[in-house]
Amino acid sequence: MAAILVFALGVVTFRNLFHCALCLAAALIGTAGIYIALQAEFLAGVQILLYVGGVITLVVFAIMLTEHLAGKTVRQNNAQSLPAIVGLAGFVTALIALILKTPWPVTEAALKAKTSAMGLGEALMGTYVFPFEVISIVLLAALIGTVVIAKKDAPEERP
Amino acid sequence: MIAIPLQHILIFSLLLFAIGLYGALVRRNIIGILISIELMVNASNINLIAFSKYTSLSPETGQIFALFVIALAATAAAVGLAIVLALYRIRKTVQADEVHLLKW
Amino acid sequence: MENIGSFIDMIFVTAKAWILALLGQFLPVWIVVLASIVISGVAILCLGPVIMMYLTLLERKVIGRIQNRYGPNRVGIWGLLQPIADGIKMFTKEDIVPANADKLIHLLAPIMTVVPALMIFVVVPFGRQMTAADLNIGFLYFIAVSSITILPIFMASWSSRNKYSLLGGMRTAAQLISYEVPMTLAAVPAIMMSQSLSTNTIVLTQAGSFGLNWFIFTPWGIVGFIVFFLCATAECNRPPFDLPEAESELVAGFHTEYSGMKFALFYMAEYMNAFTLCGIAATLFLGGWQGPFLPSWVWFFGKTLALICIMIWFRGTFPRFRVDHLMAFAWKFLLPLTLVNILLTALWQFTSASAAWLFSIMILAAMLYMLVKLNRVFVPEKRNYVLAD
Repeated sequence: MAAILVFALGVVTFRNLFHCALCLAAALIGTAGIYIALQAEFLAGVQILLYVGGVITLVVFAIMLTEHLAGKTVRQNNAQSLPAIVGLAGFVTALIALILKTPWPVTEAALKAKTSAMGLGEALMGTYVFPFEVISIVLLAALIGTVVIAKKDAPEERP
Repeated sequence: MIAIPLQHILIFSLLLFAIGLYGALVRRNIIGILISIELMVNASNINLIAFSKYTSLSPETGQIFALFVIALAATAAAVGLAIVLALYRIRKTVQADEVHLLKW
Repeated sequence: MENIGSFIDMIFVTAKAWILALLGQFLPVWIVVLASIVISGVAILCLGPVIMMYLTLLERKVIGRIQNRYGPNRVGIWGLLQPIADGIKMFTKEDIVPANADKLIHLLAPIMTVVPALMIFVVVPFGRQMTAADLNIGFLYFIAVSSITILPIFMASWSSRNKYSLLGGMRTAAQLISYEVPMTLAAVPAIMMSQSLSTNTIVLTQAGSFGLNWFIFTPWGIVGFIVFFLCATAECNRPPFDLPEAESELVAGFHTEYSGMKFALFYMAEYMNAFTLCGIAATLFLGGWQGPFLPSWVWFFGKTLALICIMIWFRGTFPRFRVDHLMAFAWKFLLPLTLVNILLTALWQFTSASAAWLFSIMILAAMLYMLVKLNRVFVPEKRNYVLAD
C-alpha cells in the first residue's frame, strides 16, 4: 500500500509526462494487488485488463501525439500549489478523524461471504441487467463521440 | 489475509484520493489532469470493494458497482483525451492556462 | 503397462511430491510451502529460455527447408548447439544506449517485456495436474497479463528518442490492442461451454470419446480456433503480421536502438509469447494434454509444437499485411465474426445435434459472405492523365 502511495506521488509530481503515465500504470497494478488481498480476483484481472491495457494505452497515445520528442520540461505546477496543499491537508485530517470515529458495521458473516466469477456473472445478468444494458449504450455513445471529436476534418475540395 | 482492519484501507484510499485531487488542481498539462482524475476514480473503487468485502452480505453488489465505475472512468478518459487531441490540433498547446480565450 | 504409462505420465508431479516430502521431514511447514512455489517457479524459469532457444533453431531449420536449403547445421550435429552460439554472441555484443535516451526507461522496457511473457507460463496446463498454479480466473489472468505487454513497447519506442522507433512503436501498439479484442472474444465460447475460467477445467471438459469432444470439432470451435490462432499470430508480432518490426520497412521498428542483451530479451519475449499463445490455443480448442497412449505432457508439447510449426509455415509462405489492411481485418472482419460465433455457441447448446450443425453452417456461410462483401478493398478510381504534347 505504501508503494502505491509513492507511485501516486510520482504521478502528480514528475515533470516528464511519460514518467507520470508509467507511475500511474504501476499504481494501478498495485491496486489490483490490493483487490486480490480483498478476495476480489475477478475484479483484479479486469482492472489490469481495462486500466493498464486500455486506459494507459490511450493516455500514452495522447501523450505521444501531443508532446515534442526531445521535450524541454516546462514547469508542471501552477501558482495555486500552496493553497491546494493547505486545503487538502485540512480536508484529509478532518476525514481521517471521521473515519476513525465511525462505528463501521463489520460483521463476521460479511467477512466470510465469498463470491466468484460465476456469482458475478449471475448477478450481472440477473439483478443488474438494466445497468448492464445502459452501460453498453454509454460505451457505444462514447465510442462514436470520441471518433467524431478526434477525427481530422475532410480536406476541402479545390474549386 | 483479512487481518487489515477496515479503517486502514479507508485511510489509504483517502490519501490516494487526496493525492489525485492535488494533482487535478495543480497540474498545468491537461493530460496530467486527466491522469490525476483516473487516480481519484481508482481510489473510490478501492473504497467500494473494501466496503463490499467487510460490511456487505452479498459481495457481488460492490464488485459489480466497481466494474461499472471502471468502465465509466475509461469512457471519461477516452472522451477527455479526444477533446485534448482536438484542442492540440487547433491551439497547438496542452497547457491548461494557455487555453484562456473565454476568460474575462 | 498401465502402471508404467501412468508413472511416466505423472513423473514430474511425483518427483516434486517426493522432494517436498523429503524436505518436510526436517523443515517446518512454511518452508515446505515456500519450497513448493520455488520448485514450480524454478522449473518455469529454466523451461522458458530453453524452449525459446530451441524454438529459434526450429524456426530457422523449418524456414530453411521451406526455402529449399538446410537450416543451420554447422554448430553441432543438426545445428543443435546453434542457440548456444547465438546466446554467446548476444551476451558479448556492446550495449549501445543512444545519448539522448531516457536511461531508466530504456533499461526497464526489455525487462518489462519479458516478465509478462514468463508470467503466462504459470497458468498453462502442461499435463495432468501439472499447471503451476491452477487459478480459478486462469484465462482472465492470461488475457490481463498479455495486455500488459503493450506498455513496455511504448516505453521502448518513446525512450529511444527516434522518429522511426516512435512510429514503429505506435503501429505495434495499435496492432496489439486491435487483435486483443477478437482474441478474447474468440475464446469466450470455449469458456461458455466449460463454464469455468480455469485452464485445467477447460481441458477436462474436453475429455472422452477418443478426442471427438475437443472443441475444435464443433462449428463454433473451428471458427473460434482459426480466429484465435490468427489473433495469436498477430499478438506475437509474427509474420504475416509483423509490419512493425519488418526489416525492410521501419528499420526494425521499436527495437531499433537496442543491441546486445536487451535485444536478446525482446527476442526472447517474442518467442516465449509465441509458445504460450500456442499452448493456450491448444488447451482451449485442441484438448490440452489429452490423448490415448502417450503421457499427458508429451501430448501437450506435441500439440503446441504442431501449432508453432504452423506459425513458422505462415512465416515462410505469406507476404506481409499492410498496416491499414491489418487494422481493417481485425476490426471489420474478425470482430463481427467472433460475435456471431458466440451466438452460434448458444445455439449449439440449446438445439439437438443435427439441427445444430445445419443451422450453424447456414449462419456461418451467410455471415462470411456478408463480411467479405462489406470489406471490399478500396480501389481508387482510374484517373485520366492528359499528357502535355
